[in-house]
Amino acid sequence: MTTRSKAAARRALVLDILNHGALALVALLFLFPFFWMVSNAVRSNAEVLAIPVRLLPSVFEWDNFAKAWTEQPFGRFFFNSFVIATSVTAITVVVSCLSGYAFARLRFPGRDLLLMGYLGTLMVPGIMLIIPLYLIINSLGMVNTFQGVILPVAFGTFGSFLLRQFFLSIPNELEEAARVDGASRLRILVSIIVPLSMPAIGLLSLFTFIAQWNNFLWPLIVMTGAENATLPVGLTLFQTQQSTAWNYIMAGATLSMLPGIILAILLQKLIYNSIALNAGLGGR
Amino acid sequence: MTIAQETAASTASAATTRRRSRLDAREGRTALFFLLPSLIGVTLFLVVPIVASLVLSFTNWKLLGKPQFLGFANYVRLFTADPQFWTILRNTLFFTAEYLVLNLVISVGLAVWISSLKMGQRWFRVIFFLPTFTPTIAVAIVWMLIFAPDGLFDTMMRALSWTVPGVLTDQTLAMQAVVVVSLWAGVGYNTVLFNAALDMVPASYLEAARIDGATAWDRFWRIRLPLISPTLFFGTVMTAITSLQVFDQIYVMTRGGPGSATATLGYAVYQKGFQAFQMGYASSIAWVMFALIMALTAMQFWLQRKWVHYDN
Repeated sequence: MTTRSKAAARRALVLDILNHGALALVALLFLFPFFWMVSNAVRSNAEVLAIPVRLLPSVFEWDNFAKAWTEQPFGRFFFNSFVIATSVTAITVVVSCLSGYAFARLRFPGRDLLLMGYLGTLMVPGIMLIIPLYLIINSLGMVNTFQGVILPVAFGTFGSFLLRQFFLSIPNELEEAARVDGASRLRILVSIIVPLSMPAIGLLSLFTFIAQWNNFLWPLIVMTGAENATLPVGLTLFQTQQSTAWNYIMAGATLSMLPGIILAILLQKLIYNSIALNAGLGGR
Repeated sequence: MTIAQETAASTASAATTRRRSRLDAREGRTALFFLLPSLIGVTLFLVVPIVASLVLSFTNWKLLGKPQFLGFANYVRLFTADPQFWTILRNTLFFTAEYLVLNLVISVGLAVWISSLKMGQRWFRVIFFLPTFTPTIAVAIVWMLIFAPDGLFDTMMRALSWTVPGVLTDQTLAMQAVVVVSLWAGVGYNTVLFNAALDMVPASYLEAARIDGATAWDRFWRIRLPLISPTLFFGTVMTAITSLQVFDQIYVMTRGGPGSATATLGYAVYQKGFQAFQMGYASSIAWVMFALIMALTAMQFWLQRKWVHYDN
């Protein structure tokens, strides 16, 4: 009896190891395009195009990253992307905190109707808005400017809704005391509500930053000059050139992926919890 | 109660009401102050563009010159005269259908697989999630290199003695390449979403079923899948909405080609609007897309009664 249960336990353990190993293999295959990108970034362009293909470069040219950063304008594109993504995030957070607080704590006529309207706009596909948005930006003289890219995407309604939900979960008593002491609503928001809402604000910042960092179509349309291109737009500019420097493009692609990869690994818990919240909401 | 007392009481309550309404008015003003930045932004960059897009779709505006009101002429032209439109519509629906089905099958499979592990669940989740946090443009460029003539994919296929003439320039294979890239880029979000939902299924349910002699297969189809069906529904709707708008991958990899084999509605809006500068016509294509999104979402809400189980 004991030998049989021991054998069964050993069989279960072997199956378990095989199960882990098989998924690890799938995961490695899944990661292959990342490997291919870096492997092609650190070889000479001739070797990128060489036939037959080589899995690894004959000489590792690690300085291709430095060259892509300075000789090719990827450093400039990186800067543009960073300024745009950071500005949109900052505006979104401030605007959403203010409006989220009004929706969560203040009474005013038509509040629920307005909130429903805000939710309704989430259904509208972004691609539908680009033509009129371009015409607005054009009439404001903001084509090929940073504010032209930033402003139209900085007032999404999702943030207001997300922060409203979070603010509602904060006990009212905390601010009652401050109000008795004569603190203004703005003061309460800044010194009581915001510090308590850092998980939600962090989440909003993260997803806004990544969405803007990865955004392509809108900056493609607004930024007509190459010097103002964001990283994704910059990556496509080289496609049309006669002799494409594929190694530098792969280095640029790696640079463009780096912030997202680092954030996804560092903040995996926050990301998982927020997606789990969606799973739970979908489950009701 | 004497008359004097009554008068006093009513005056007092009137004063309270007045004070109350004065407070309400003040709160309303505060609310307006808090909402103002958002309201201005939403009006200027969301409400006005939605209305403008609809109005534009009834005109022939070409950026320069005076627009003319055409009534439904753009829409009539789309469905009856434009030789490309039906191809574009078919491509979009084909992409959405194939991508949606494969995305759900793969992400559910991976989610179940990950949840069966005793160790390292979170690392597998991160690995499959990584591409969703990276620019689609960069992803598509890397895959373009993989699919390049005599590139990695060609070499691998030749090793299996199956010669494919340039995936991205082939009428049927080009769309398949777009689907593959989109799956790699997008399957991670749903994997994490469904994995999180599976984590919420009470272990006691599965244990009870096991004791009653249910096989792993039965436990999956009869217990876990029905219990996560609301999340599956949510994932399906969101994935369908985004896949109908597909643009980035196509812009990089095929520019809608070869011919118009991979031209989709999203690509057509860009092409007609910002290459041909037919702003009115492009707007009508955008509204067809919006109508399609709403129709598909409505259809899914209607279908959910057949397969989604809500626990209440």
